[in-house]
Amino acid sequence: MDSFKNVTSIVTPLDKVNVDTDQIVPKQFLKLIQKSGFGKFLFFDWRYDENENKKPDFVLNDSKYDGSKILVTGDNFGCGSSREHAVWALLDYGFSVIIAPSFADIFFSNCFKNGILPISLDEKTVEKLQQETRPIEVDLEKQTIKTLSEEISFEIDPHKKKILLEGLDDIAQTLQYEDEITEFEKNSKIPSVL
Amino acid sequence: MGKTLFEKIWESHVVVEKQNEPSLIYVDRHLIHEVTSPQAFDGLRLNNRKVRRPDLTIATMDHNVPTNDRSLPILDQTSAIQIKTLEKNCKDFGIKLFDINSPNQGIVHVIGPQLGITLPGTTIVCGDSHTSTHGAFGALALGIGTSDVEHVLASQTLWLEKPTPFEIRVEGKRKDPHAVTAKDIVLSIIKHIGTGGGTGTVIEYRGEGITDLTMEQRMTICNMSIEAGARAGLIAPDDKTYDYLRGREYTPKNYESLVDSWRDNLKTDSDAKFEKQFVLHIDDIAPQVSWGTNPGMTCDVTDSIPSPDEFSKGDSNQKKGAEKALAYMDLKPGTAIEDIKIDRVFIGSCTNARLEDLIEASKVIKGQKISPHVRAMVVPGSQMVKKQAEEMGLDKIFIDANFEWREAGCSMCLGMNPDILSPGERCASTSNRNFEGRQGTGGRTHLVSPVMAAAAAIKGHFVDVRKMDLS
Repeated sequence: MDSFKNVTSIVTPLDKVNVDTDQIVPKQFLKLIQKSGFGKFLFFDWRYDENENKKPDFVLNDSKYDGSKILVTGDNFGCGSSREHAVWALLDYGFSVIIAPSFADIFFSNCFKNGILPISLDEKTVEKLQQETRPIEVDLEKQTIKTLSEEISFEIDPHKKKILLEGLDDIAQTLQYEDEITEFEKNSKIPSVL
Repeated sequence: MGKTLFEKIWESHVVVEKQNEPSLIYVDRHLIHEVTSPQAFDGLRLNNRKVRRPDLTIATMDHNVPTNDRSLPILDQTSAIQIKTLEKNCKDFGIKLFDINSPNQGIVHVIGPQLGITLPGTTIVCGDSHTSTHGAFGALALGIGTSDVEHVLASQTLWLEKPTPFEIRVEGKRKDPHAVTAKDIVLSIIKHIGTGGGTGTVIEYRGEGITDLTMEQRMTICNMSIEAGARAGLIAPDDKTYDYLRGREYTPKNYESLVDSWRDNLKTDSDAKFEKQFVLHIDDIAPQVSWGTNPGMTCDVTDSIPSPDEFSKGDSNQKKGAEKALAYMDLKPGTAIEDIKIDRVFIGSCTNARLEDLIEASKVIKGQKISPHVRAMVVPGSQMVKKQAEEMGLDKIFIDANFEWREAGCSMCLGMNPDILSPGERCASTSNRNFEGRQGTGGRTHLVSPVMAAAAAIKGHFVDVRKMDLS
């Protein structure tokens, strides 16, 4: 995983609550066996009509948000299905920061495995950021979001921050605990399935 | 201070613990299916890693398998590739697979318990959010993403932040347990606490309303924990749990000694503390019908569609959500639920496609025909459920009523196989999610119990199943 770099970008406002992962990537695109190329399926049913023409009223189809790396959205973002394809689609499309009042647990966890920074802020601040038309700067090291008029600080678990900043390979870290895992297995009373 | 059941299972699975950091938790059972695993196996290959414990890993194919004639080739090439990829991955890494022709094939959350793979007090993970189902057996069962699937394959562990315990007490007795079901209990809970009400928690369902339930009904409750946003849901095991698992194909040989230790340990202490609590009284609850585009948008069958103002209770974002949901569902506030006509009926999914679900639904339709404008299908949760139902003659009851009787799979719960709604079609569905387009782009889903779905199939519109003779 690449390490997380500071992001300066205009924001894409997606003014919806309870956006589920079925909307982020509809089921017909879950059949691919690789991780790449999901960006074109992001919010597919909201972006395209039945003839796959762009729906002009959907925010991602507004050219003024082209190249945006920051999605600002509503409460409980990423609820529903555990599909990591949702995170791969956001990343492949170009988003590396998602700001919302709250996130669903599995989605939140999946973000950190792929180098996306999800930031929880109170509803009022999120609404204000949705109105922001000028670029904002997200600095993970300092845990700040800078707009032209103010600096907003955000909370992040120190361990998760480290993972993003260093782009750590989770599995390589874990395998350093080989002795502990083996010791646990020796004492486990739960038998094999087979 | 005492501990909750969840905390006891958690503590007995901690491999590494660090201050203010996630804990490394051991995984006793890893279930795999074709959709969320291919990239995980690729990751292993790329890094030259093995599967640490193939003997704790079980695979099946359920999400995109066709549910029509199994002797026919799979027409959708991308599905066929995904299925072949799982076969190859299981072969290369030495994992037991119940493939499309296996008598044990079925929805991963139906076959786990049915085969005795799911056990009390264990940790179970799967790359599927409805893994919470297995919590019905007193297991800590978590849905995970594909990166975590790879992590578990490589290390048999997961880094997890400890969720907080959430007690949901279900008190009282249902007046008509054939008409008001476990599905109605869990939909009522989500209606009250909302789709984010359980975020960051592990729910323990307790109380008379829960202990009264059969194991299959308990699975329906735990299955939908994720729809309330919870990390997992569980129920303390009792004699019903132990009896259910005894003598199944993969039940461990030392089962009785395991049961002895579970009996002593797997319960919440009387002085344990829950961070959060909710109580539902079920004496008077009605059958539930969802009207919107998330499972929290649900009401009694006797109600009318609420106005966005009434639903949102002053929250402007929720109001916008409700307005959008009603537009998508093509419904107007004030319309009686019983006046809503349906086009399709789906009895299936990891929520409601077990033998009891099919038995109960068959009682509603026995000797009747479905409404001429309705297309209805039953998709048993596993090949074993299908076989058992056929031995009881349930297939004949459904087929005589003009239902389609299908092979096992996830099917129209998420529409990854050819079983989908057409745009604008309205479906009474026993599944778990009424999200926009979930069952097919432009399709409109109403979540109900199996008996409510069966009643709607007969009448062509929603009907209070309590009015029907279920004897």
